[in-house]
Amino acid sequence: MSNQTINVQKELLRQPSTIALVGNPNTGKSTIFNALTGLRQKIANYPGITVERKMGTTIINGVLHKIIDLPGAYSLNHKKADERITYETLIGSYDHEEKPDLLLMVVDASNLERNLFLASQVMDLQIPMLMVLTMSDIADERGIRIQSQQLSKVWGVPVISINARSKQCDVQIKQALVEQGVATPKPFQWNPSKPLRQAVERLDKEWLSEHTQLPERARPIEALRLLAEGSLEDSFYQYSEEGKAKKLIEELQNTLEAQGENPTAAEVVQRYRFIGDSSEGSVTKEQRDEQTWTDRLDNVLTHRVAGPVIFVLVLLVMFQSIFSWATPFMDMIDMLFIEFGAFVGSSLPAGLLNSLLVDGIIAGLGGVVIFLPQIIFLFLFIYFLEGTGYMARAAFVMDGFMTKVGLHGRSVVPLMSGFACAIPGIMATRTIENWRDRLITIMILPFMACSARLPVYAVMIAAFVPDKRVIGFLTLQGLVFFGLYLFGIVMAVGSAAVMKRIFPTGKPTPFLMELPPYKWPNVSSVVIQSLERGKIFVTEAGKIIVAISIILWVLASFPTYEPTASDLADMDANGQTSEQMISTLQLNQSYAGTFGQWIEPAIEPLGFDWKIGIGLLTSFAAREVMVGTLNTIYSIEETEEQLGLIERLRSETDPETGLPKYTLATALSLMIFFAIAMQCMSTLAIVKRETNSWKWPLVMFGYMTVLAYFSAWITYEWANTFLLG
Amino acid sequence: MLLSDARVQQKYEVKQIQGEELVRIMEMGLTPGSVCEVIRRAPMGYPIEIKIRGYLLSLRKKETDAVEVSPI
Repeated sequence: MSNQTINVQKELLRQPSTIALVGNPNTGKSTIFNALTGLRQKIANYPGITVERKMGTTIINGVLHKIIDLPGAYSLNHKKADERITYETLIGSYDHEEKPDLLLMVVDASNLERNLFLASQVMDLQIPMLMVLTMSDIADERGIRIQSQQLSKVWGVPVISINARSKQCDVQIKQALVEQGVATPKPFQWNPSKPLRQAVERLDKEWLSEHTQLPERARPIEALRLLAEGSLEDSFYQYSEEGKAKKLIEELQNTLEAQGENPTAAEVVQRYRFIGDSSEGSVTKEQRDEQTWTDRLDNVLTHRVAGPVIFVLVLLVMFQSIFSWATPFMDMIDMLFIEFGAFVGSSLPAGLLNSLLVDGIIAGLGGVVIFLPQIIFLFLFIYFLEGTGYMARAAFVMDGFMTKVGLHGRSVVPLMSGFACAIPGIMATRTIENWRDRLITIMILPFMACSARLPVYAVMIAAFVPDKRVIGFLTLQGLVFFGLYLFGIVMAVGSAAVMKRIFPTGKPTPFLMELPPYKWPNVSSVVIQSLERGKIFVTEAGKIIVAISIILWVLASFPTYEPTASDLADMDANGQTSEQMISTLQLNQSYAGTFGQWIEPAIEPLGFDWKIGIGLLTSFAAREVMVGTLNTIYSIEETEEQLGLIERLRSETDPETGLPKYTLATALSLMIFFAIAMQCMSTLAIVKRETNSWKWPLVMFGYMTVLAYFSAWITYEWANTFLLG
Repeated sequence: MLLSDARVQQKYEVKQIQGEELVRIMEMGLTPGSVCEVIRRAPMGYPIEIKIRGYLLSLRKKETDAVEVSPI
């Protein structure tokens, strides 16, 4: 093996530079990024796609540098959206990312060969780099010893070995950058065969150099990609003279084949061959027959029977804890915003501005912040379990079941989170690699009966479902409640099956999921990432939520209502406090009230009247607002809210027939409607953020409303015929 | 034989990769001549977990159908 002298550069770090982290997934890359940047991160979608850009800053020797965490990649050839960004950024042709000045090439020491495959591709691009070996403790456990110095000589770049889980990993890296510096690797160190090298040179000289703007250093790797691919079909660029290129590529492929090389496989095979040969001097493997920790844990956790059982238990513990930990925080946030609203309301003169501040803006902000506890707690669990390596096992165990219904093994955790709240669930779908699987999971997730539906179900069931025993301890009320949950799941599975058929498949991405070794995650990295998710929700979805809150406030507050003398006299006569009655009348004659009247003919077949119509509009802020709106419409005293409302709903009669207006049929119809309608602006806001377009939230709103309408209609007709008829 | 028909706890040599996704499968380390061990199957039969180049990888049926192996 050729031992080269390393051309170390240290002056690069004296001025502000852009440092990119490059590496395979599961190498500890994110942990390093979190350690270097802490909470000085900016995470947003790259324009037009759903891949996140992770940027942050760090200070090395008094100089502020930018750190980019490029999407984890297994190869530069591949064309998945996230790997494409890594590739385009590295070759310096991606418009939405800065060209990195130097790289931290993160390499998993326990999985050296596959990691070096990517590293060898990146090295061909001749960007100054420092190679960072992680997971050396796991390598140790397996009897793998890596001579960093030898590795450094083989590849011509400085190499350091760190423990990404230790607290000082950022210090170690900074120190290495200062003391050892970085070096620009030489291209083609992997000794490509003569025919392959000639083909690359010809493609470069005869076409790439003349007809593309690619920098010289990026042309060989692009040539290799085009030769393996055999077509320009999926190229990112509008090349000139594509006809000429196609002909040339075909000719070169034929030449390679004539020389005994498989053009599609040549690059991969030769890189791995070199990596295998070169590691002889730098890696020693002790033969160990004993089982590793990972083997022992896997025997239980991925066992055919025990595996799924344990996974269900993990989910149970996870959601029970989220529920019991998040609830006090949510109650506190709720109380704080109510108190704050009351304080602002009483310290400012009454009027429109006061109402806008209290009922529009403060209530809207409260509606954003209230989601934070659930989001942060869920992500603490997810990032922790992901960091241990268990999440990949859960996906492995569940994949067989989930593919049966058109989903992915990784869909389970987001879907289950949907029972608490769809928003963290939708954010959690980011762990699903395949875009189509991820999209379908997002699109069906709101069918999981979230906790905001509970108040509506509770009022309706208490008011209209008879409390009688069916079998044993099961009551009819309990069964209806259970039925609604089940109904949501059935709708989800059915919709997934339909979407799997109609959504475009695009190019299928193969399912090749790595099961990383078990390890104890870096706790501060888990915390930082969870807090970042909360920040993303507040800054990106929060804007939309507050805006819609204000629109809803306008609809309920205008035109403004001024009570006439006779109105006030009526109220006195009815013995109702005027304040309640005024808010009732205000709502009834507002735009929201008009909307309710206007929509009444359309919702009459479902058994709804205009009062419920108003509720359907206002509960778009959050489903549980339905109950509050009905309270306002019926001028229910705050002190007797639930019981008062139940009584009032039962006793409401139709003025024409004198019969009860709301029946069991109405209640069932309304609950079915709430079980599937997209009555939640916050969910739509987060779908917009996660799919990076307005298209999918609109599709979601449309199909769920249509489904809800017809299901409620059928339910109403059925109940009237069979239950009440 | 195909990797789909492979037996658990048996070692195999990778002979050939076919199909559309051959580059990706090879990039993950399953190059002709490499040795893999079938570790286990998931509850419903798939995915299959293998050990290749010292790490654990799981593949669905479609991917294991593309890998030709012979027992060693």
